[in-house]
Amino acid sequence: MNGVLIYLLGMTVFIVVFAGLGFFWAVRSGQFEDMEGPAQRILMDDDDPMIPRRRLKDGEN
Amino acid sequence: MTENCFHCGLPVPEGSAFAVVVEGEKRDMCCRGCEAVAQAIVDNGLEAYYHHRTAMPQSGRDVIPEELRKLELYNHPEIQKSFVITPEEHLKQASLILEGITCAACVWLNERHLQQLPGVREVLVNYSNHRARVTWDEREIDLARILKEIQLLGYSAHPFNAKQQEDVRKKERQRDLRRIAVAGISMMQVMMLAVALYSGDYSGIEESTKVLLRYVSLLMTLPVMFYAAIPFYQSAWRAIRSGQMNMDVPVTLAIISAFGGSLWMTLNNSGVVYYDAVCMFSLFLLTTRFLERNAREKSTEAAENLLKLMPAMATRLQNGEQTVVAVMELEVGDLVLVKPGETIPADGVVEQGVSSADESLLTGESRPVPKEVGSGTIAGSLNLEGPLQLRVSGVGENTVIAGIIRMLDRAQAEKPRLAQLADRVAGYFTYGLLVLTALAVVGWLLVDPSKAFPVGLAVLVVTCPCALSLAAPAAFAAAGSRLLKRGILLTRGHALETMSHVNHVVFDKTGTLTFGKPFLHQTVALADVDEARCLALAASLEQASEHPLAASFLYANKAPLLTVADAQNIPGKGVAGTIEGVRFTLGNRSMSAVTPAEELEGIPPGATVVWLCDEGRPLAAFALSDELRPQARAAVEGLKEQGLKVTILSGDSRPAVEYMAKQLGVESRYWEQRPEDKLAALQRFQQAGDVVAMIGDGVNDAPVLAGSQVSIAMGGGTDVARATSDIVLLTQNLTDVVQALETGRQSIQIMRQNFVWAIGYNALAVPFAMFGYIPPWLAAIGMSASSLVVVVNALRLR
Repeated sequence: MNGVLIYLLGMTVFIVVFAGLGFFWAVRSGQFEDMEGPAQRILMDDDDPMIPRRRLKDGEN
Repeated sequence: MTENCFHCGLPVPEGSAFAVVVEGEKRDMCCRGCEAVAQAIVDNGLEAYYHHRTAMPQSGRDVIPEELRKLELYNHPEIQKSFVITPEEHLKQASLILEGITCAACVWLNERHLQQLPGVREVLVNYSNHRARVTWDEREIDLARILKEIQLLGYSAHPFNAKQQEDVRKKERQRDLRRIAVAGISMMQVMMLAVALYSGDYSGIEESTKVLLRYVSLLMTLPVMFYAAIPFYQSAWRAIRSGQMNMDVPVTLAIISAFGGSLWMTLNNSGVVYYDAVCMFSLFLLTTRFLERNAREKSTEAAENLLKLMPAMATRLQNGEQTVVAVMELEVGDLVLVKPGETIPADGVVEQGVSSADESLLTGESRPVPKEVGSGTIAGSLNLEGPLQLRVSGVGENTVIAGIIRMLDRAQAEKPRLAQLADRVAGYFTYGLLVLTALAVVGWLLVDPSKAFPVGLAVLVVTCPCALSLAAPAAFAAAGSRLLKRGILLTRGHALETMSHVNHVVFDKTGTLTFGKPFLHQTVALADVDEARCLALAASLEQASEHPLAASFLYANKAPLLTVADAQNIPGKGVAGTIEGVRFTLGNRSMSAVTPAEELEGIPPGATVVWLCDEGRPLAAFALSDELRPQARAAVEGLKEQGLKVTILSGDSRPAVEYMAKQLGVESRYWEQRPEDKLAALQRFQQAGDVVAMIGDGVNDAPVLAGSQVSIAMGGGTDVARATSDIVLLTQNLTDVVQALETGRQSIQIMRQNFVWAIGYNALAVPFAMFGYIPPWLAAIGMSASSLVVVVNALRLR
């Protein structure tokens, strides 16, 4: 019983350390600097003229 | 009148001829500025902006050539030194602050447009603080061009020195995030193990498994103890050393004693451990503080965005040679050249040249002040017409402006500091709390020593003055972000508290109630030429002029401009030129063929009259005056409806002030007020028991702003005025004042509710904890829940 637990808890510690390091890396690379930008940017792409209901009215341009 | 401007959403005035074809349809525009901006957007293929936007932008302003020329100064290497970095050879990078952003589409517009420019390598706009990082190749494009392009889209941008506080703040933010992450990850693990331990107590658990789980919990708690919770220890240590209690003292005490006790139990293999409480407590406190601080920083950033790195350069004349030097380097006795449109760099005396200066920001007087040989100039005022050579008589500390700023410092120091009171109360609360905990522990030691530790811990945790100390800041932060969304920037949170007591609102006139810029008020045709034609002639004559009056002619004229031959600028008088073979002059009375007997009727006091003459006879007279902002009347009415007193304090002349006051229906008015007079008037109101909110924009308003209980500055005003204010109206909409005062009252109400809740919760929970009915984990949940209620209640304000 305890053998299995020790193995599982050991794994937990290992994974937790990696999760922590991953988060540290994300913080350092500035992923939490601008929480709104990426969400908006993906919506405002340059594919707008390709959406039929938004096609420009006076033809191709 | 039912039509609204397609670009900015304001009503289109009747008979307006401004329109732009957007996506194949002709759209009406309200003014020349909007037309130009919309045209620029269409020309650059950025129409998608109109689909994406969720808020209307500011109305387009006329791009003033003199402003564009000022941007050129940013190309100066001396000035660039302070904010430009060179990551590679030929590449340059600067942080810019974008003004006028109203929604995400604005950011998109700027980003896309700049990226299209040749030579711009990278543009990255941060959506939350409106700051952009631009990298460009100096061989292909310069900074002034980039700034100009932004201006053409109807926004304005100025460089920002990113090196300053921003770096520090970024590092702190990252450290906070890491601490939260560590506490969060540990908390999840420890909680899981705690569930196993608690349920083991009910269903039975092998002693060896219990020991194992305890040791693993200990291991997982170590990072929280020795990394995540460090800020609490530091703050508590500082508090103890300075002899002023703060809430981090009991927090630290709770964390350390819970950990120490649990460690003891773990090593001795007996009793209950509280690692879960340690982790949860730390995580929760770290998170709430992080959120609260974020909200606060958002408004600090917005406030910082207002501080421009003004290119303070002057042209020094030495042995007939011109050198551009920083204003700081000027000395008394230097001879400087000030070109028209430039800011006068120092106090001085005119040695050569004739011109007029706009001193309205300092004096409140809306009319330009004539300058000729021998007249004194004030640093910070604007040279309007002709080049001036000045002998510097005062620099730095000895200028008129510096004097006003000194007066301001004094007024600021006298400002009541209400925030300190709340801190002191929290201090007493902490002492009381520690005494209660000690009582509980001693009591239980006498009754049942085994329960003394968990009870002491529960009392410490459950009463954590978290909810109490969050009650005010959470409400302030929520109210602040609500106001910010409407373009009202709250620079000092505690101003809200005072705002709810305001019963007297004092306005400055020039630049606050009015635009501070001349508008064409009236055209009177004096001969057989009709008004529209006269206006077209006048606008054509003025097209090359830099005088502020020129812009108002161009603004008012809707007809096409005529070609002017042989244009001539006569400083201090006006302009002349030949149109279609006829010589016209446009200028003040001294330039016209008008006899003094010819007086005009219905012209507002304080207006400037400009005469248009052909060879020999006057054709028309134009009355130009500063106009009331459209919302001024609504704002005054709104304030009166709320039962507030309204007063106008102005540096302008009596007739001009009376005229405006009558239009607004304000009885209480003061004219020709110098800064010290304004401050004295304010103090009189305050001595009479009024709580005064002052709204102003100029340097001359700064001392009054600092001295009033609540100060509100116009976003377009001077830096000094904005720096002194509790509130800045970024959109320059005067009805926001009514809004802000209302929000102030609401937030005080919310704050009261929060205090009642926090105190009530503590009063209820403490007895239960002291008598041992609340285990530490329940105390941690109770503490969290009570704080959450406070925060959620505050969020109702948004």
